Parts: sequence; structure tokens; C-alpha cells
Amino acid sequence: MSRLNIELPGLKLKNPIMPASGCFGFGKEYSQFYDLSKLGAIMIKATTVEPRFGNPTPRVAETSAGMLNAIGLQNPGLEKVISSELPWLSQFDVPIIANVAGSVEEDYIEVARSISKAPNVHALELNISCPNVKTGGIAFGTIPEVAQQLTRRVKEVSEVPVYVKLSPNVTNIVEMAKAVEAGGADGLTMINTLVGMRLDLKTGKPILANNTGGLSGPAIKPVALRMIYEVSQAVTIPVIGMGGIESAEDVIEFFYAGASAVAVGTANFVDPFVCPTIIDELPLLLNQLGYEHISECRGRSWKEHGELAYHRA
Amino acid sequence: MIKKELCKIISQKEIANDIFQLTVEANLVNEIKAPGQFVHIRVDKSFDPLLRRPISISSVDKGNSQFTMIYRREGKGTSLLAEKGQGMQLDILGPLGNGFPVNELSPGETALLVGGGIGVPPLYELSIQLIAKGVRVIHVLGFQTQSAVFYEKEFLDYGETYITTVDGSYGKKGFVTDIIKNLEFDCLYTCGPTPMLKAIEKEYSDRKLFLSLEERMGCGIGACFACVCKSSEDPSGVSYKKVCSDGPVFRAGEVLI
Repeated sequence: MSRLNIELPGLKLKNPIMPASGCFGFGKEYSQFYDLSKLGAIMIKATTVEPRFGNPTPRVAETSAGMLNAIGLQNPGLEKVISSELPWLSQFDVPIIANVAGSVEEDYIEVARSISKAPNVHALELNISCPNVKTGGIAFGTIPEVAQQLTRRVKEVSEVPVYVKLSPNVTNIVEMAKAVEAGGADGLTMINTLVGMRLDLKTGKPILANNTGGLSGPAIKPVALRMIYEVSQAVTIPVIGMGGIESAEDVIEFFYAGASAVAVGTANFVDPFVCPTIIDELPLLLNQLGYEHISECRGRSWKEHGELAYHRA
Repeated sequence: MIKKELCKIISQKEIANDIFQLTVEANLVNEIKAPGQFVHIRVDKSFDPLLRRPISISSVDKGNSQFTMIYRREGKGTSLLAEKGQGMQLDILGPLGNGFPVNELSPGETALLVGGGIGVPPLYELSIQLIAKGVRVIHVLGFQTQSAVFYEKEFLDYGETYITTVDGSYGKKGFVTDIIKNLEFDCLYTCGPTPMLKAIEKEYSDRKLFLSLEERMGCGIGACFACVCKSSEDPSGVSYKKVCSDGPVFRAGEVLI
């Protein structure tokens, strides 16, 4: 019996491990390292209606335990993703979660309508939290009413369940989560990157050509855990957690906080084998911790140790 | 094929001011296809720095399963790398990218190899392989100052070698471009700072010319889209090449530098 399988809206996962959107392209690069069928799911790179080149370089900068990126949603566009990338991925026995992005509401609707018809797309991830594009992206993810309306409209056209990717760059993430839940979201994915910047010591100039970028990597793990801990208690839809995961121990910590599955992002850039390594290590860790199935870990922190102090107050 | 391997350090020494030569023993040496390919090194198990460091391969010794890299100690990552000693292990991903094509020339023809600063190392293995093919090789190597000069003798073993320094403290004062204009060649291979590559491409775009580009990288394998550049035929459009996996070596006119 599998100890790692998880069922979520639209998704029958062999295990709860999936590469995060933007950190895995459309899978080709990683298929030279291992069989992608080993993964629980794959969150493919954000897709927009038209092809996008993205931002000028430099697009990455580093910081202690983290990485800043400002790629700018570079992607080959909806038509190419449907005609080429998704059919290529269909050789693997793995559900695809398509990340949907755009500048205006109509863009999201058009991408969602078409891409949700692809046979291997089992769910959508609504990207209302990309911090690196001038219009759209995060603009939809910081105002609860706007996010709710967009979720509702995408739900109307999507043929598969819709997960909404939340931005940590908000004052009250619980409010955002509740808003998109009310808009009909089937699940949440969180967190996207935190907006940050680095400056060149000699020139004082921002290192990123975009000036600011999204911070990811182990540095943001505590922020992600805190937000998942709060949100997972406040909504009834499942949360796919992400933010600095790089080990089996991290996965369990995210489950304790309330995640039902997790995505691994930046760690893929450091170790291309990180996802299969975590998948292999999880059963051993479950043995050590005394769990039969990984789902038993979900929400342990608040189930056993009470809610956040200020929630009780 | 790209491998991830824990490689044993055979030797490491500082060969010029802040310039280190590092030799490791690795099975992935058998996967190296062309001079100009690079490896991605995780300098430490900690998260600081988080990403790997792209480092040029300067020579390959398949018989002894060893290869040598040369890098400049500059930031946190390369400073940590410079502290590693003989017998220690390094987590290396590679070989990555596409190198210089050595089959562009026939025996008896002349190759001009032009390197600037830390762009010099990959030209060394290129020179070795061109000589082995019977191609005549001329080297023009530019450095900031005398203390930064390295591998002059090594290059001299394979052919005519001109050194320039910006401050004139060694070799000829000035830039590599001052020397190149007086030389005859059939093919030009170059690696170095972007302004140098731009100057060379501008002057010799009608010649057989291959340039190795440098860009800040994330993954090194083409997945993160950090190191993209525009294709020349579509300068305002969405066409692109990735420096890590389509390059780092491009034919002149292929990409916008």
C-alpha cells in the first residue's frame, strides 16, 4: 500500500511532491535526469495567451539562503504550449497543473478555457501573484474582491479544478484565501515569491535589470509555514504548500502546518534530482516519526497544539 | 550526458592574483564533448551561497579521468571554492553547454584565439585540440594588469602568443583588438568580457567567428530562463537563446550581444 498517495480536487497523486511552476520549465530539461512519471504532478511554467520574452538580464541575484528572480513570465504562448509542450509531457504518467497568467482578466479566461481541455491537464493554477510583470500578475493577487472575481470567471470556463496561487506580499493573506475560496477556488497554492532587491556594492545600482525580483529558497520557508498555518485553518479547500522546500523534513513541516501536498521550486536549480530524492526519503522519515501515511501529518501543528494565539484573542 | 558527481580535488593553486587553477578527478570527464563547455559547482553544502557556480573547463585529461578549471576569486562562492584543498570533495554538475566547434578548420589553416581576463581558460583546451588537428594557432590574451596574467607559457607551447594589459604593466599596453587587426586568420574564437566580444563582433562579423558569452545563471541546464539573450534575426520579438544550454558558444550573428 502506498504511504504517499494523496487525492485532491482533480488530482490523484502518487505522492505529494511536485516541481513548482517556473522552476521546471515544461519538464524537458529534467527528463534527462530521471523519469518524470516518478513525480506526484508537474506545475508547468506560466502560460500567457501570446508568447513573452520576459525581462532584460540580469534576471537572477542571490542572497543568503535565497535567490531573487525577475524572469517576467517568459513562455512560448498558449498555442505552442498546447500544440507542443503538453503533448510531449503526455508520454509520462503524471498529472499536469497548468499555471495560467495574463495582463487582463480576458487573458486568464482565454488561457484557462483552452488549456483546461488538454487531456493531461488535471488542474489549473491561477497565477495572481507574479511580482515581476508590470500589468496583471500580482495586481490581481493583492485586492480580495479582484481576486475573487477573477477566480469566479475562470471557474466558469475551466474544465478542471482551479487552484489559486497566493502572494505573500499582502497584509492579510487569510482574507485573500477566504476571498478566492468564496469565488469558487478548488484549492490554494502558496506561497509565491516575496518582493525583494539587491544592490551592487560598487555602483549602488540594483543587480536585477527589473530592479526588484521575487525572493525564493530556504530563506522564505518560515514565512510560507506561517501563512499556510494560518490559511489552512481558515479555509476548507486544500493547500499545496511551497516556499524553500529542499528536503523530506521540510515536506513534513509543511504538512504539519496544514499543507495537503507540496511543491519544490528553487531547490531544483541547485540539485536537479531533488524531487526524486525527497520522494525516496519520505517513507524512511515517516518510519522514524511513526506515521503510516503522510496524510496523518496534515495540520498536526494546529490540531495538537492549538490555534495561533492572536486568533484566539 | 550531464552528470552530478562528487569529485575529488587533486590539486588547487593560485596561479595569478586571485586566479585559481583547480584539478579534480571525475567520471564526468568522459562526457566532455568540446572545449568551451563548463561545469556548475556547489561550493558548499550550506545555503550561502544557494546556487551553483558556473566555472570554465580549461583542460581535459581523459586518460587520468581528470579535468582542470580556472576561475577568479571574486564573490562569496568563489572565495569558498578557493579555500578547498587536495583530497576534499566537490559537488559538480556537468559538463554543461555547447563548446567551440574545432572542425571548422582544416589542417594547415590558422585559428586566432582571443581571450580577455577570466575568459582565457576555455581557449587553452581549444588550442590543444586545434593543434592536435594540425591547425595553426595564434593566441591574443588580454588582462587588466601584470599580476592578473596567467598561462602565458602554457599557451606559448602551442603557438604564437601576444599578451596585452590595460595599464601596460606587462606585454603590450592596450586592448586585444589593437593586436588582432595586424593578424591573418581563417577563424576567430573568443571568450571574455561583453564589451570585448561586442568590439570583436562589430569588426569581424563577416569572418568565421565564434563567441563564448557569459551571463548570470540559475540552474545551468536551461530550465530557469535566467540567462537568455535575444536572437539576432528577431531583435524586438520573443525569440531567444539560453546562454547555458544553447551556448555559451554562439556563431557570430546568432544572438544579440
